[in-house]
Amino acid sequence: MELTGAEITIRCLQEEGVEYVFGYPGGAVLFIYDELFKQEAVKHVLVRHEQAAVHAADGYARSTEKVGVALVTSGPGVTNAVTGIATAYMDSIPMVVISGQVSTSFIGEDAFQEVDAVGITRPCVKHNFLVKDIKDLAATLKKAFYLAKSGRPGPVLVDIPKDISSMKTAFEYPSTVNIRSYHPQVAGDANLVKQAAQMLLEAKRPMVYAGGGVILSDAAKQLAELVRLVDAPCTNTLMGLGGYPASDKQFVGMLGMHGTYEANMGMQNCDVLLAVGARFDDRVIGNVAHFNSVPRRIVHIDIDPASISKRVKVDVPLVGDVGNVLTDLIKVLKSSKQKPDAAAHKDWWKQIDEWRGANSLSYKNSSEIIKPQFVIETLHKITRGDAYITSDVGQHQMWAAQYYKFDKPRRWINSGGLGTMGFGLPAAMGVQLAHPGETVACVTGEGSIQMNIQELSTCKQFNLPIKVIALNNRYLGMVRQWQEFFHGNRYSQSYMDALPDFVKLAEAYGHVGILVEKPSDVEGALQEAFARKDELVFLDFRTDSTENVYPMVPGGKGLSEVILAEDL
Amino acid sequence: MRHIISLLMANEAGALSRVSGLFSARGYNIESLTVAPTEDATLSRMTIVTSGSDEVIEQINKQLNKLVDVVSVMDLSDGDHIERELMLVKVRAEGADREELKRMSDIFRGNVIDVSDKTYTIELTGAGSKLDSFLQAIDRRLILETVRTGASGIGRGERILKI
Repeated sequence: MELTGAEITIRCLQEEGVEYVFGYPGGAVLFIYDELFKQEAVKHVLVRHEQAAVHAADGYARSTEKVGVALVTSGPGVTNAVTGIATAYMDSIPMVVISGQVSTSFIGEDAFQEVDAVGITRPCVKHNFLVKDIKDLAATLKKAFYLAKSGRPGPVLVDIPKDISSMKTAFEYPSTVNIRSYHPQVAGDANLVKQAAQMLLEAKRPMVYAGGGVILSDAAKQLAELVRLVDAPCTNTLMGLGGYPASDKQFVGMLGMHGTYEANMGMQNCDVLLAVGARFDDRVIGNVAHFNSVPRRIVHIDIDPASISKRVKVDVPLVGDVGNVLTDLIKVLKSSKQKPDAAAHKDWWKQIDEWRGANSLSYKNSSEIIKPQFVIETLHKITRGDAYITSDVGQHQMWAAQYYKFDKPRRWINSGGLGTMGFGLPAAMGVQLAHPGETVACVTGEGSIQMNIQELSTCKQFNLPIKVIALNNRYLGMVRQWQEFFHGNRYSQSYMDALPDFVKLAEAYGHVGILVEKPSDVEGALQEAFARKDELVFLDFRTDSTENVYPMVPGGKGLSEVILAEDL
Repeated sequence: MRHIISLLMANEAGALSRVSGLFSARGYNIESLTVAPTEDATLSRMTIVTSGSDEVIEQINKQLNKLVDVVSVMDLSDGDHIERELMLVKVRAEGADREELKRMSDIFRGNVIDVSDKTYTIELTGAGSKLDSFLQAIDRRLILETVRTGASGIGRGERILKI
């Protein structure tokens, strides 16, 4: 039997077990939307802006191990989606974006709502396709899902012209994919694994630095076992939080620009560094020359060969899936007669504890004005550390990362690489749909939330009881902080004048809004909000507008050149 | 340092722009880039001449390999290889210059492939430096037009780039 391109598209989504498609209809995807209408297996979530569709698909993917799916129309549908696609690309999130395109005969004629989708997304996708022949459609969608989730995951865009979606052909969903030019290496080299194990056993001051690759590879268990075996302190990147339990005694907190003193000093002073699914980015290791000025040997596990020795020269490269390589490494370590150097490690841990003593995340709480850190700590307490937390980008994001101690992977959902304001609320929608009945909170600021606030409407339509935790300090806080530190207190355009009344705004969308102005009301308000299990509650916390994020390694500085709160 | 990189990629629409886009997005140099289908019509072979530190060249190789359409990559400069470039030069050939230009073309093993009463078009093949030398050897004022293909390269002997 022959099916139309639109039918084939939906059948492929069904074959892939897609539960939700996040999207927005338009002219070029009308046939596809018509087919969506005729079936129930694939549920569609209508967002209010295409950027939000992609972020929601992204949040869905990050909080599960599934591929997120978004569906947008041609032209502005695609251009609106680009920020979401770039966000997913930077953080290696598996995603398939289906975009409508003008009919093949119109392509190149500047037709209505035409944009070169493949061209415009090329630098921010893992791969993309323009389907020019109906016979290729099913195989292309199969490839798209395979590419999105295999190897180093990433977003894949499939651009489907309108006439292709209405043409007919015989449908058969391929059971396997073979792309002759694409063979991601998943197993680490056995000899190099042995070398790495030996290096780790010889270490006097070992350190484990684990990133988002641990989460993407579902390798948290293996990581915990390895960290115990090598008796090393473990730090997580912003993307890796929850990949190692924050409450574990070997955890030294997040590293990087706003990392803990002990994590950054450990990175700088270790003699053997094991990097696991992390990419030594500028926000993580600061100044490369400063980082390299101290000798240390580095073992780097990563699925992407291009991540290895990109910014920092590596001694033992282990290309492969993080989970596989860690499992192999654990096997070799366990079978080795050699044990970690207990005496040396004792001194190392003593040193780590000394650094911990700097208490770099301490802050002065106040009974007069709400401290943002206090809100996050209370949020952690009220949700027993077990919520899914999404965030936007800025100071609130750093405080959430620092003070919400994540013990489980896939609980911390944020835009790390691209740093996309407006990510938090739509991402929370995807998370909530993936985990109905679970607690989902979006930590945001009054700046970020307004970048996708229209999604409060989507939340109403789909009954998503997200808790929006707005740390409202009336400033674009992170911009203000940099202006205070580096631009002579000239707060150029960082003051958010004319803010809306968020309580009324939440109510206008049919939700509950709560204004919190006093520190003594913080816990009560959070309790009330989370007790409203079936409602979205928007909490407008009026926080200290002068508060800064500490510690801070200024841009271009080395990890040990840190500004602590007490320095000022 | 100058490197000459050969690659095989799927002969798909947009494949060239993936490579050129990669170079511009990551700030790599392209001195020349040539591409054409191979004996297997589903594959194109590309030769890229680029330059950079060892670290940059390593990244270029890795990033090229990462492109889904790229089947295999070889840095020809890592071993023995041959490279050739084709140049067509149109020169003003009148009076005494006519004979002199023919003589220079012969010395450089070029062919005069088009003749008019006032011009010659000379075809020259060789390494880029040879083509440069030719242009320096003749009177610059006589050059009307040059077109060069950029280098194509291949490994010597058993050094073969295949799937």
